[in-house]
Amino acid sequence: MADKLISKIPDGPLSEKWKKRKSEIGLVSPNNKRKLEIIVVGTGLGGASAAASLGELGYNVKIFCISDTPRRAHSIAAQGGINAAKNYQNDNDSVYRLFYDTIKGGDYRAREANVYRLAEVSASIIDQCVAQGIPFAREYGGYLANRSFGGVQVSRTFYARGQTGQQLLLGAYASLNKEIAAGTVKSYPRHEMLDLVVINGQAKGIIARNLVTGKLERFGAHAVVIATGGYGNTYFLSTNAMNSNGSAAWQCYKKGAFFANPCFAQIHPTCIPVHGDQQCKLTLMSESLRNDGRIWVPKKMEDVLKLRKHEIKPSQISEEDRDYYLERRYPAFGNLVPRDVASRAAKERCDAGFGVNETGLAVFLDFSDAIKRLGEKRVAERYGNLFEMYEKITASSPWKEPMMIYPAIHYTMGGIWVDYDLQTTIPGLYAIGEANFSDHGGNRLGASALMQGLADGYFVLPVTIGDYLAHKFAEPKTDINAPEFEEAEKKVQEKIDKLFAIKGKKTVDSLHKELGHIMWNYVGMARNDAGLKKAIADIQALKKEFWSNVYVPGEQGEFNQELEKALRLADFFEIGELMARDALNRTESCGGHFREESQTPEGEAKRDDANFMYVAAWEYKGEDKEPELHKEPLKYEFIEVKTRNYKD
Amino acid sequence: MDFNLKIWRQKNAKSKGHFETYHISGIEEDASFLEMLDILNEQLIREGIDPVAVDKGCKSSGPVSFDHDCREGICGACSLYIDGRAHGPDNHVTTCQLFMRHFKDGATITVEPWRSSGFPVIKDLVVDRTAFDKILQAGGFISVRTGAAQDANNILIPHDKAEESMDAAACVGCGACVATCKNGSAMLFVAARVSSLALLPQGRIEAAKRAKDMVAKMDELGFGNCTNTRACEMECPKGISVEHIARLNREFLSAKFKD
Repeated sequence: MADKLISKIPDGPLSEKWKKRKSEIGLVSPNNKRKLEIIVVGTGLGGASAAASLGELGYNVKIFCISDTPRRAHSIAAQGGINAAKNYQNDNDSVYRLFYDTIKGGDYRAREANVYRLAEVSASIIDQCVAQGIPFAREYGGYLANRSFGGVQVSRTFYARGQTGQQLLLGAYASLNKEIAAGTVKSYPRHEMLDLVVINGQAKGIIARNLVTGKLERFGAHAVVIATGGYGNTYFLSTNAMNSNGSAAWQCYKKGAFFANPCFAQIHPTCIPVHGDQQCKLTLMSESLRNDGRIWVPKKMEDVLKLRKHEIKPSQISEEDRDYYLERRYPAFGNLVPRDVASRAAKERCDAGFGVNETGLAVFLDFSDAIKRLGEKRVAERYGNLFEMYEKITASSPWKEPMMIYPAIHYTMGGIWVDYDLQTTIPGLYAIGEANFSDHGGNRLGASALMQGLADGYFVLPVTIGDYLAHKFAEPKTDINAPEFEEAEKKVQEKIDKLFAIKGKKTVDSLHKELGHIMWNYVGMARNDAGLKKAIADIQALKKEFWSNVYVPGEQGEFNQELEKALRLADFFEIGELMARDALNRTESCGGHFREESQTPEGEAKRDDANFMYVAAWEYKGEDKEPELHKEPLKYEFIEVKTRNYKD
Repeated sequence: MDFNLKIWRQKNAKSKGHFETYHISGIEEDASFLEMLDILNEQLIREGIDPVAVDKGCKSSGPVSFDHDCREGICGACSLYIDGRAHGPDNHVTTCQLFMRHFKDGATITVEPWRSSGFPVIKDLVVDRTAFDKILQAGGFISVRTGAAQDANNILIPHDKAEESMDAAACVGCGACVATCKNGSAMLFVAARVSSLALLPQGRIEAAKRAKDMVAKMDELGFGNCTNTRACEMECPKGISVEHIARLNREFLSAKFKD
């Protein structure tokens, strides 16, 4: 089966690969495009931009989302910005540097060719978005403004206040609306994909549940594109939206698409700390805050204790009694180290007992220096809405006292395995954006998710999918009465019937919370052999309990949010188990994946390039069977693989 | 904290709705309004599991359906009409950013869906807002093809224009403006989009047509007229100003003159 992992990376110099691949790709004439149908699942940056671009090309596109309108996809919540190698700041940025920073930030576990292409098309994304009317921040001369993000030493991040994801998504959504009006794209909101239909080994359609009527519906196409984001909600508490889930991707896995690097989950350092056990969602504070905010905890334990008892305020602690631990440990990058490094450093201080907040699980993010240096007006222009949001949630003003932050699950670098064309191991099935695994390796840099979603959707997939479809236009429309559709729908129906039949004693959310605890404790910021083995056993037991003791109220032929959640949770158990399995297999530390057994004397992550410089692609082997591991070796031809160093 | 919740229950679009009252206790003041509803729903589901064990202050119709997603005030999904105000008593927030510390302990809180002929109820507190998509499909875009754009810095935009455009572009499409308007008008929603694009040079080319087409679609879908009560501006979670409605009107009139 190893031959399934053909990455299709073109030969030749790095900077020529994409050009070369594009020149080889088959074209589909306009009159033939009209005969071809494409299903796009998900309407975030990847899905919306792909569907709009495919519609413009003349394909017949159907786009699906679980929310009431495409504009609600969770890309909307991305705050800080989008990277692009424009070098508008004259700070010696280049495509190569963006590529290099991304590979290094990912701890040398991403594909060189994919990342180079990402950096290459990044500039076109900004052009496209400006043309769509996205109001990026501007200098007084009318030129585009930039800021800096973690893991880099140039300013290449474009932004629209703290709402960059919103503005980029509204741009893609506007293009999508243009195509819906033109009749090339048909939109199916409040529809959830519950299975992939594969005919003769090729992706040919989906089974979706109409979330308003509860009816199962069949949709056929010549190709299917998965753009449904990541699986961070496996942890129950995360910065993902409540409805974000891994189910569409998981059905693809169970139909034969390999799932790559599932253990690579990003824990974002700057989130609002948990306030109690009634909470179901964590809120991110943009990484852009680390441009001007300084992170610290008290040096003296007596100050820590006084803070916890509210006897003193953080602003009363003198400068020499503060430990700016990121500046201390990583002088070259300071507060702008990559996310995985910043998160682990926060955990280290809290584990050592210096954490603040009543729980001891928080550190300070302080703007007092920035306010002194820049003045309130300029700080407000940069971060005003974030300060406001923080104050709304915590009832504490960042203008007066430092913010309190703590790491939380934010993004998943792992996902469906794809080749250079973004095609999965199932012909005709593509995965884009966070749903695939390809560009971020072991850790994603800030402002790179938006870049990847739009790169895939606007500039990569619309080209590469042509190579597959060039041979398909003579094929008739997919028959949704084919036995494969019957079978898939029947299986989905049985699953739903089974859920209602259990009539157990536990609610969906309470079981999800239990899964979240297992995941956070054993598959979280620090992982070890015994913990991961325990996690696998505990998840299996909990999954059994779910299937014998969950209670799903209401009926299936109606709008039923509990049923939606139950179907997603059923998959989260399996995703969580695969994450633990993958983490157990990868005995090195790298990026966001930290194995306690593999660290330097200073407590930094220690990679094992000799044994783990590969993509771990897992193949589903059937219910309750162990999945099979396939390895795609990572070859670095153009850069020297080094230990990440953010110290000097 | 303890509350009495008077919540609108409606099985589906066809059935008649009614209020049911529930009691809930032990809510942290830092909990958000939607977290409070999550807790209520856990309670209502448990009543279904074991009706005898639960204190029966009400006849349970199962958990309450409500739209929500990001829980950080940006997706625009949440849409509750609380104690007679869109998104509740706090100013310029979405429902998910409303916290229980804004309520008095022991208060009775009334929760309803958006009420507008443009937004039919799907179930309980969930409404159908696809009309907003249709309005945007009528012209809420710049007609640029992927790949056709020039270098981004060839389009210079004065800082303040970009900021003003961003003010309007902050609209989350929640529909509070419609829900709060006595005429059920979608003018602020339409204006936010028209104005955001009209302020930018790249949006000028289609500005007049865009205004005309979007207003026509809004009228066709049964939204009311604007009578300048400015209620929409008050309740908009993003504080979008009615000045954008003035700009929409200018664009609309200039389009009509050209006809």
